[in-house]
Amino acid sequence: MCAASGPVAGRDGLAVLDAEEIRRALTRIAHEILERTHGGDEVILLGIPTRGVPLACRLAGRIAEFEKLVVPCGSLDVTMHRDDLRLHPARALGRTELPADGVDGKTVVLVDDVLYSGRTVRAALDALNDLGRPRAVQLAVLVDRGHRELPIRADYVGKNLPTSQREVVRVLLAEVDGQDAVMIGEEEGQP
Amino acid sequence: MKRHLISAADLSRADALLILDTAEELAQLADRPIKKLPTLRGRTVVNLFYEDSTRTRISFEAAAKRLSADVINFSAKGSSVGKGESLKDTALTLEAMGADAVVIRHSASGAAHRLAGWVRGSVLNAGDGTHEHPTQALLDAFTIRRRFRGGSRGGQGGSGGMGPPRSGGFRGVAPPGQHSTALDGLRVTIVGDVLHSRVARSNVLLLSTLGAEVTLAAPPTLLPLAVGSWPCAVSYDLDSELPKSDVVMMLRVQQERMSAAYFPSVREYSRRYGLDAARMARLPDHAIVMHPGPMNRGVEIAAEVADSARSTIVEQVANGVTTRMAVLYLLLGGTEFPAVTQ
Repeated sequence: MCAASGPVAGRDGLAVLDAEEIRRALTRIAHEILERTHGGDEVILLGIPTRGVPLACRLAGRIAEFEKLVVPCGSLDVTMHRDDLRLHPARALGRTELPADGVDGKTVVLVDDVLYSGRTVRAALDALNDLGRPRAVQLAVLVDRGHRELPIRADYVGKNLPTSQREVVRVLLAEVDGQDAVMIGEEEGQP
Repeated sequence: MKRHLISAADLSRADALLILDTAEELAQLADRPIKKLPTLRGRTVVNLFYEDSTRTRISFEAAAKRLSADVINFSAKGSSVGKGESLKDTALTLEAMGADAVVIRHSASGAAHRLAGWVRGSVLNAGDGTHEHPTQALLDAFTIRRRFRGGSRGGQGGSGGMGPPRSGGFRGVAPPGQHSTALDGLRVTIVGDVLHSRVARSNVLLLSTLGAEVTLAAPPTLLPLAVGSWPCAVSYDLDSELPKSDVVMMLRVQQERMSAAYFPSVREYSRRYGLDAARMARLPDHAIVMHPGPMNRGVEIAAEVADSARSTIVEQVANGVTTRMAVLYLLLGGTEFPAVTQ
């Protein structure tokens, strides 16, 4: 597997962000989170499995680097709260790991790779509701591809990517896929 | 996964690991302020119990309710069964009421299998005669895995995602079923009334699917004729098996099913096959003692053993709810007639 240094045309289509651009986008989001939350006090980063989790951990790493501040990061599985469960066979569950202090009174930043219909985020808000009462909930995504079906927007966006609904956006991350890239391609079966 | 859970033999290794991994995630629910998930909202689960049961019925009821399903409890006592209604007619009644899943316990071996041919929903076998009790085997496997493998998927610790990432990168996102651990190499000894035990048969099938080495230790009269075809070893001498066992599973002596004299006296049975403190001392230090309940204290297990730190009996009950939630979710959580996931 070659390192994605430029656009790579392949099975997944065209690369629209390469590793460098993903790194810069995350750096900017980390700064924005610090700015918007007045220094990152009482902030928790919760990634939505699968690829939101390594993104949340990378953001926590950047914040630790810039401000010497340890922001807890964890994961929040939303499978049991999805509204499309009955359209598919039962899915395997992802992992939910919360920081030891819980979410009560904290500012929770949900982190996901792609924001599309908004339904995953709605499920995440429901799941979070059962875990406690955060002071505020914000949303950070690497790619916003539009086509929202619910009144949901992101607070921090890595890149706005206008797409057609026929297209498929795939985020590849080194922790999961062995390389960093955002690919856009034509639909083959269901995304 | 198939549509029904009738026998532990229906579960492939991947299916069994998927259930255990799902249960592992659902186990966290017990520590949360709200122990409920909306997943099975609007689904109906019927508990159809023709035999007495405390643990299994309550466990299935709690599991279904924690997933927000509606639960209808049916027990043969006080129902039209007393007026002579057949299993099939009862099943058709439940069908007409729109049951999405039927949990059945019956004194006849094969009752769950028959029922599966009559109803549209999923059938979960909660014990049929002396045949099978698959969810008990699943919760036993879950308990063993938690004690010996930390319950983990692939051995990562419980704190994988906390704080800034370590240099090794994040490892908590392994897809279930791929890196999850099974029970390979563990030695399990199942002791006692195997002949009348549905728990023993289901456990032998499931634990061997998961890679454990199972040995049955029982008097020859309490072993089924076909035991030679089971995927396990057989011994008549409990004392020689104990020092090499990681897990000892004691079975209840089911006097209510015994129509003949299988051993000279309860006292003699207890002397040779009962687990008392002296026998427990022969076990390796890490070994655990299990019992599916209900126990006959003083017959197959001494009170001091049942209450010792090695006993997982209470843990098994708690794990029962979690494991049954996993099974209900995997059978009912998806499309109504799920395409085979594997």
